[in-house]
Amino acid sequence: MSNGRLTSIVKISLLSAIMALTSSAFADPVKAAFVYIGPTGDHGWTYAHDQGANHLKDKMGDNVEITRIESVAENSDSARVITSLARKNDIIFTTSFGYMEPTIKVAANYPDVKFEHATGYKRPTDNISTYSARFYEGRHVIGKIAGRMTKSNVIGYIASFPIPEVIRGINSAFLAARSVNPDVQIKIVWVYTWFDPGKEADAANALIAQGADIIMQHTDSTAAMTVAEEKGVHAFGQASDMSAWGPNAHLTSIINNWGPYYADRVQAVADGTWASSDTFHGVPEGMVAFAAMQNMPDDVKLEAEMTILDLEFGDVHPFTGPINKQDGSPWLAEGETPPMFPDIITMDFYVEGIDSKYPN
Amino acid sequence: MNEGLVFAIIIGISIASAPLIFAAIGELVVERSGVLNLGVEGMMIVGALAGFVVEFHTESSLLAVLAALLAGMAIASIFAFLTQILLTNHVATGLALTLFGLGIAAFVGRSYTEENIELISEIHIPLISDLPIIGPLLFGYNPLVYLAFIMVFLVWWFLFKTKQGLILRAIGDNHDAAHAIGHNVIRYRVLAILFGGAMAGIGGAFLSLVQVPIWGEDMTAGRGWIALALVVFSSWQPFKVILGALIFGGITVIQLHAQGFDIRISAAYMSMLPYLATIVILVSLRIRDKNKTNRTMPNCLGRIFHSTT
Repeated sequence: MSNGRLTSIVKISLLSAIMALTSSAFADPVKAAFVYIGPTGDHGWTYAHDQGANHLKDKMGDNVEITRIESVAENSDSARVITSLARKNDIIFTTSFGYMEPTIKVAANYPDVKFEHATGYKRPTDNISTYSARFYEGRHVIGKIAGRMTKSNVIGYIASFPIPEVIRGINSAFLAARSVNPDVQIKIVWVYTWFDPGKEADAANALIAQGADIIMQHTDSTAAMTVAEEKGVHAFGQASDMSAWGPNAHLTSIINNWGPYYADRVQAVADGTWASSDTFHGVPEGMVAFAAMQNMPDDVKLEAEMTILDLEFGDVHPFTGPINKQDGSPWLAEGETPPMFPDIITMDFYVEGIDSKYPN
Repeated sequence: MNEGLVFAIIIGISIASAPLIFAAIGELVVERSGVLNLGVEGMMIVGALAGFVVEFHTESSLLAVLAALLAGMAIASIFAFLTQILLTNHVATGLALTLFGLGIAAFVGRSYTEENIELISEIHIPLISDLPIIGPLLFGYNPLVYLAFIMVFLVWWFLFKTKQGLILRAIGDNHDAAHAIGHNVIRYRVLAILFGGAMAGIGGAFLSLVQVPIWGEDMTAGRGWIALALVVFSSWQPFKVILGALIFGGITVIQLHAQGFDIRISAAYMSMLPYLATIVILVSLRIRDKNKTNRTMPNCLGRIFHSTT
């Protein structure tokens, strides 16, 4: 009798132990959702986020279920999309600045769901995190390459909109290019679009006709790279590896590497350790990465790789004084680096040495 | 400014204008027949995709252009069927066609965003192309640019020098009268719509075959709408399409070059200009119409024709 009772106790405890074990090992997969501003085939911003989602899937396999919604306009539509996703998911990544208000609104209604908003800064409830990348560190590296590679001493820059993100890139690339080549000048053309291959190509053609032999872009399509290839000049890719469009033109691309961050955050949800945070990662953390360095002499390549190492170890900051603003007024003193806020976050001026007028 | 830069600007303008000329000259014929097709953007994007896909698989520019032409016609035939046979509203159907075209091109073109192709390049004629100044100025353009100009001439010749052109214009001005004297209104209009589709298709393909050798969703980026504005700008006169296209296309290119020289003209004003010009011309047309001095707008534009006999 007591023997039978004992075995049943053993059985039950064994059973519960097994159940506990299985429930932790075979827990329900984390449901993660991604909201994209554009098509995944843009080979720029959205493509890079989608690659990040792929990385997440590779990393977590069956432990994650991913939903992706593309081309969601930044209007009331996005609130509707985010709400419907919030009903079925554990964590939602909203990958464009314009999703800020809808994300906040929906997050307030779904306190159990985690929200991750890219490039935003508002976190009113503790289920919202924000994240972005220090792309200007990438611009620092390509600026050095450009300064060394240009023969005409004119770098052409295709810029999208005059927002701090783009201004930071221009200043960073210019300062780096000047640091290795005091004669270099930068020509900036604003196209006021993120994605219009025809206009981007026109802009690249205009810059090349005006003497630029290196093209940098802060727009999303591969058009400028194809023009550079055709015209026999060099260019840098944006957001993803664009070497396929310019076998002879492509020097390197700045790659937006969101994958590791996505994997970390979703894993944190699985582990129950997720907490609201503000992330602004760069080259050291691997959020800003590079495609293969091509079509350049070994010494230039070596210097670029050393620059990447310096950034990784935190030995250099792309904005290190002395730097004056374009009008000659002092910005940073000798050896000084700017604070993240407000200087870097809200940057709205060119540095001294850039010829172009600041867009208004 | 050196010589090379001037040529670069001129060639740049020709490349920015040509797709507008194609799309607008097609739409001009459509509107002359009394049909308003707002689906130009949709037909262009489908043409851009078809041209790209065929160029990618066959590496034949001729086939690519032909495919774009047929694709444009195919999608225009939907519009023709709906508006001419089922008598749907032109404006609503045209808008639907644009949305449909953008959607289906994005869907079908999905796997082609990773690819690139060889551009159709200028033809180099020995000796002639090498002549100083005249060479690049007259013979330095892309073959499709010449085709655009030839099409404008052909459309002018058709509309104003042939009997069929006269009938087409008559149908556009008064379809009931044209029908009463025995002309087949529907047939003329369907053919005009198909021609419009073919031209918009080539215009779209110009973007993906001449301007940039890539395919991207939404790569027409509003050029179809500019082409529509251009038809109004030209007050339905073929040769004024060229003038308008050079201005509309030229604005973009000159604006980009001006920035390089640090001449700042607000980009917002620049992108507004084509539409602003169109509004001004619309208003002036209206005033002229009131004075009955020169009526150019087809009278039956956008009106549904229903034969009662």
